[in-house]
Amino acid sequence: MRKTFKLVDLDCAHCAAKIEDSVRKMEGVTGVEVNFLSQKMVLEASEEYFSEIADKVVKRIRKIEPDVTVKKI
Amino acid sequence: MTKKQKKQLYRILTSILIFLPVLWLPLNETGKFIGFLVCYAVIGWDIIWKAVTNILHGQVFDENFLMTVATVGAMCLGDYKEGVAVMLFYQVGELFQSYAVSKSRRSIAGLMDIRPDYANVVRDGKETRVEPDEVLVGDVILVKPGERIPLDGIVLEGSSTLDTSALTGESMPRETGAGAEVISGCINQTGTLRIRVSRPYGESTVSKILDLVENASSKKSKSEAFITRFARYYTPSVVAAAALLAILPPLITGQAFAPWIHRALTFLVISCPCALVISVPLSFFGGIGGASKCGVLIKGSNYLEALAKAETVVFDKTGTLTKGSFAVTRCYPRGITGERLLELAACAEKDSNHPISRSIVRAYRKNTEQFTVSDVQEIPGHGISVTQNGKNVLAGNAKLMKSRKITFQPVKEAGTVVYVAEDGKYRGAVLIEDEIKEDAAFAVSELKKAGVQKTVMLTGDTKAVGEKVAGKLGLDLVYTELLPADKVAHMEELLARTSEKGRLAFVGDGINDAPVLARADIGIAMGGLGSDAAIEAADIVIMTDEPSKIAAAMRISRKTLAIVRQNIVFALGVKAVVLLLGALGIASMWAAVFADVGVAVIAILNAVRALRVPKEEKVLRKENFREAPAG
Repeated sequence: MRKTFKLVDLDCAHCAAKIEDSVRKMEGVTGVEVNFLSQKMVLEASEEYFSEIADKVVKRIRKIEPDVTVKKI
Repeated sequence: MTKKQKKQLYRILTSILIFLPVLWLPLNETGKFIGFLVCYAVIGWDIIWKAVTNILHGQVFDENFLMTVATVGAMCLGDYKEGVAVMLFYQVGELFQSYAVSKSRRSIAGLMDIRPDYANVVRDGKETRVEPDEVLVGDVILVKPGERIPLDGIVLEGSSTLDTSALTGESMPRETGAGAEVISGCINQTGTLRIRVSRPYGESTVSKILDLVENASSKKSKSEAFITRFARYYTPSVVAAAALLAILPPLITGQAFAPWIHRALTFLVISCPCALVISVPLSFFGGIGGASKCGVLIKGSNYLEALAKAETVVFDKTGTLTKGSFAVTRCYPRGITGERLLELAACAEKDSNHPISRSIVRAYRKNTEQFTVSDVQEIPGHGISVTQNGKNVLAGNAKLMKSRKITFQPVKEAGTVVYVAEDGKYRGAVLIEDEIKEDAAFAVSELKKAGVQKTVMLTGDTKAVGEKVAGKLGLDLVYTELLPADKVAHMEELLARTSEKGRLAFVGDGINDAPVLARADIGIAMGGLGSDAAIEAADIVIMTDEPSKIAAAMRISRKTLAIVRQNIVFALGVKAVVLLLGALGIASMWAAVFADVGVAVIAILNAVRALRVPKEEKVLRKENFREAPAG
């Protein structure tokens, strides 16, 4: 399952790369792509646990970049 | 400005209000120290906080940490003023960067603002407003004037004009009416339309295009890949160099540590590759955005990069350089007027659906219903025979004339020839050709001007027709009578002949040429509007039917690459110079902070230029066609 999230206040390209690297290594995440310019993250994970994985991803992002807020589209 | 940016702005202003009095008031040493410390806390607390939390998360070398070390270091060495000012400038630069990026982001997003927000669906006679993806195939939707068409479909009722500029860059509105196919993303201008939805939202033109544009940045160009790799090594190496600079010279020469540490701190300020990391992808994003403004969709910055190096451009003929529709181009009347010849032909062909027949009826222009014909006989492979006003009218090819033993004058011109006879007497011939697009010759000459060395045409058509078209357009090479498999073989050969650095682009209409599109370095599909095959198979999609857009796209790609190159050279150059001067103790931290944020800001402003596309690229330059060699 793929879902797109909006990353509000994602301001630096370098932070986007950091988020992408970190989320990619998380358990259950099969694919992730963070686009700094469109401020979007496409998350791919198994359908079954998607909402749990997404919650964890949101928490992880809050830890890495406290300025960024994750919004569902 | 966003909320976050405003907050940042107030913080900067507050700290300036503290900074200036402290700088100018005749305070003693302790007073100054306390004043600067307060100011530093106001402006730099978040950077320090981030540095600390990031270290706790195991990330050491991020820019927050480096800035903290540099400024705290400067203050420890007694340069309070410098420490505070560097932090202040850094924050000003960061704010400016964030503002510039969000502004260009908004203007690019504005370009791609073709996403429909809602659909008015009619169910059980009632109109309800729903999300576009809730509408099912076969549903009927209402689109009022001023609204965006949310889904692809067929007009059931109503007539209107459509603004397709968001999709094609073309400002001429398009007429539409009952029975016509409409494409999502266009804006309905004048009348209300009832539309039967033919495709679900996920497969509609609009979501395909959005998907394509938004994912364009995932296909990275070489310059982007270079910057990413460079950034990974740049920061650690500069930090390592700073450490060496702080320790080695004093140990070797026995000088004091303080000035060398001071020089090393200068290094830390320049250690972030921000300018490049932001401006390079931003330039490509801008270039892709600018191209889409003119109706050219580029699927990735790697293709934008390749397009700038196009050396050979190979065209498919039908549908690309020609309209793919037949038209009467010449009449050869015998003993009657041309008008009368067309009338005879049109009267014979009036009920036939063959494209050739339709073109004759169109050329006649008048209503053909006035004719009453009888004994209509279609003779397969020959033509048609009818009786009108008691006279037998024949229209067909040379075989038909021969079989009826009619003496006729063969037409040598390339194209399809229809001979006409009335009551056994030869009356003349009509020449029908596939029409060349208005801007085709202009497109070829513009490509030459843009630096393309070879233009080639591949066609399945006959040698005579193919060479005639190629001659008219001024193409360098033409291969005719090709089967689809032959096209691939010729493509291989042309690819082999293309130089190491040059690229080969193939332009087709996406029908029957998918393998060739895939084989070329750059596959360009024409007339993407409404054709899924084209959007999927190609790397670049020209939304309109104008081949001249290829040259426009080439110019945009050249400009984008020039901007990228300028930014890389400028940013690296300034940083290298400041690093060198810093090591020699000539450049201060002030210069370093300029080399960091100042350069980033300038590079971003330069990158924004990629988005701007001259107006004339957007519209078909009709006035230029006449200047182009007409052949």
